[in-house]
Amino acid sequence: MSTAAKYTEDHEWIKVDGDTATVGISPYAAGQLGDVVYVELPEEGKELAKGDEACVVESVKAASEVYAPVSGTVTSGNEALEDAPETVNADASGEGWFFKMTVADASELDELMDEAAYKTYCDGLE
Amino acid sequence: MALNNMGRPTTPQEGTVTSTIETVSGNKALAQRELLIFEVGTPRRTGVDLPEPKGSKSRLGGLERTAEIGLPGLSEPETMRHYVRLSQKNYAIDLGVYPLGSCTMKHNPRLNEKVARLPGFADVHPLQPQETVQGALELIDELAHWICTLTGMPAVAMSPKAGAHGELCGMMAIRAALDAKGADHKRRVLVPESAHGTNPATAVQCGFTVDEIPATDDGRVDLEAMKAKLGDDVAGIMLTNPNTCGLFERDIVEIAELIHGVGGYFYCDGANFNALVGRVRPGDLGIDAMHLNLHKTFSTPHGGGGPGSGPTVLSEALAAYAPVPFVQKNDDAFELVETVEATGGDSFGRMCAFHGQMGMFTRALSYMLSHGSDGLKQATEDAVLNANYVQASLSDVMTVAFPGTCMHEALFDDRFLKDTGVETLDFAKAMIDEGYHPMTMYFPLVVHGAMLIEPTESESKAELDRFIAVMRSLAERATGGDVDSFKAAPIYAPMRRLDETQAARKPVLRWTPGEAAND
Repeated sequence: MSTAAKYTEDHEWIKVDGDTATVGISPYAAGQLGDVVYVELPEEGKELAKGDEACVVESVKAASEVYAPVSGTVTSGNEALEDAPETVNADASGEGWFFKMTVADASELDELMDEAAYKTYCDGLE
Repeated sequence: MALNNMGRPTTPQEGTVTSTIETVSGNKALAQRELLIFEVGTPRRTGVDLPEPKGSKSRLGGLERTAEIGLPGLSEPETMRHYVRLSQKNYAIDLGVYPLGSCTMKHNPRLNEKVARLPGFADVHPLQPQETVQGALELIDELAHWICTLTGMPAVAMSPKAGAHGELCGMMAIRAALDAKGADHKRRVLVPESAHGTNPATAVQCGFTVDEIPATDDGRVDLEAMKAKLGDDVAGIMLTNPNTCGLFERDIVEIAELIHGVGGYFYCDGANFNALVGRVRPGDLGIDAMHLNLHKTFSTPHGGGGPGSGPTVLSEALAAYAPVPFVQKNDDAFELVETVEATGGDSFGRMCAFHGQMGMFTRALSYMLSHGSDGLKQATEDAVLNANYVQASLSDVMTVAFPGTCMHEALFDDRFLKDTGVETLDFAKAMIDEGYHPMTMYFPLVVHGAMLIEPTESESKAELDRFIAVMRSLAERATGGDVDSFKAAPIYAPMRRLDETQAARKPVLRWTPGEAAND
């Protein structure tokens, strides 16, 4: 049973399930980017410190970095996005996940926003 | 009824069709439909009549091509019509205002073209004996002198082929200077978040890591944030001035002092030097290296993928590392210094086969000499004045991204479109229907829904007033609730709204027989 999603100020979400966590970008971020046309997935085994650039997402408007919400090691990328980047727009918080990683320090999760706090944060950006 | 002197009616008659009809040909009067050249031509047709070669013998040992080469053949009139029709679908600076911000689409004076076509400049070959191209070498030397004078810098590398190539030249010189000092711990380069994408790319290409500096609320480098990032491992900073928001970096002298204070070098992206020529000399600001885009600042043609030219000025600290080849003036002749050994061994090497874009050099020097130092200064002032005129004239109906006066380009964001349903992209497409090339959109990335307008000094007040009237009317229509016409735009262009998403996701880059465009 995975925990509820936590959010960063850079609009990544992370859901922890046992030893691994799944990372993606929020529906708000996907909407801001517009149609996603390409996702550069991180390599398996890539070690990330919290805030490191993990991968790149490209839309018709812009290319943006996706940062690691917590420290850990990449275990896999969502290869389905290579052929169907539109999944990010269709289902950002589900099938449109970007990569899975280990969580080196669970306490880093406490620094992230929960759903309600993130919603308030996004409202403030409008 | 009005009649002409032949007794023929000159006004529309009864039965005139006023609604649009689909034509059988697909042409719309002078707006003619044009197929791809592969669809127009066939390999069996030709525009030239060559005799069969007599007594030729292949030396390819049976490896010669036997199948058809598959190139389309056209007669001469077909060829002419094909390219003229295509050219008529094009939008060009010679047709109208081209307000593409950050690109400096200024008029290319015809005098430049005339001079560049003089046979002594146009027909030289890079491998010609040097004594036969003394005039061309003198021209390069003279242009280098103008560039050094305008920038207040002691040296210039003329060979870089374009802006990003000039950046590479500057950063390679910085890397060479650090290597010469044994400073291999200096590998971090500071880059503001509003920088051109080529800046961080160049730094990484030269083996540096990139550290982003955030911007302040008024769109400039956050000096305090920069100070916090300084350290002994800092190799330098890459800064554009005026920056990509069209704003002058007021703290540039302090930025230079800070970066020199930690033993780093200051690379300035000179893409926007057209806002400074004759007013500010980069050498006085503490800059160590800066490229110039001759094709932006000094009116050589660009925008069609044609040749750019990116001479890079260097400070005393970096001059010794300049790339070969370069022109050197001896007592009574000009000479190309071709080898690293001939420079004393410090040059970082060669960036390209030959010594630069001769055609661009000729055009740029022609522009400089025809304007003179006072004319260049006035061009700068007019470019800044025009941008501010556009900004001030639109500030009540659109939203200016940062308060205050701008330099050579005016930056708007999409706050004025909030809740209208119209987006920056739709606004740009509606400009096409009005007969204007859209402004730069969604750049710089630090501004939401950015619209970057650079009118340049080329436009008269009357032309700017027409442009402003169109922009005001579009802004008022958008905020007045007319979403549908924006979403449908462009209506009058040869092609309607293209599917940019599909073009990026599933690009078709090669025409294959049988896949003719079925509209």
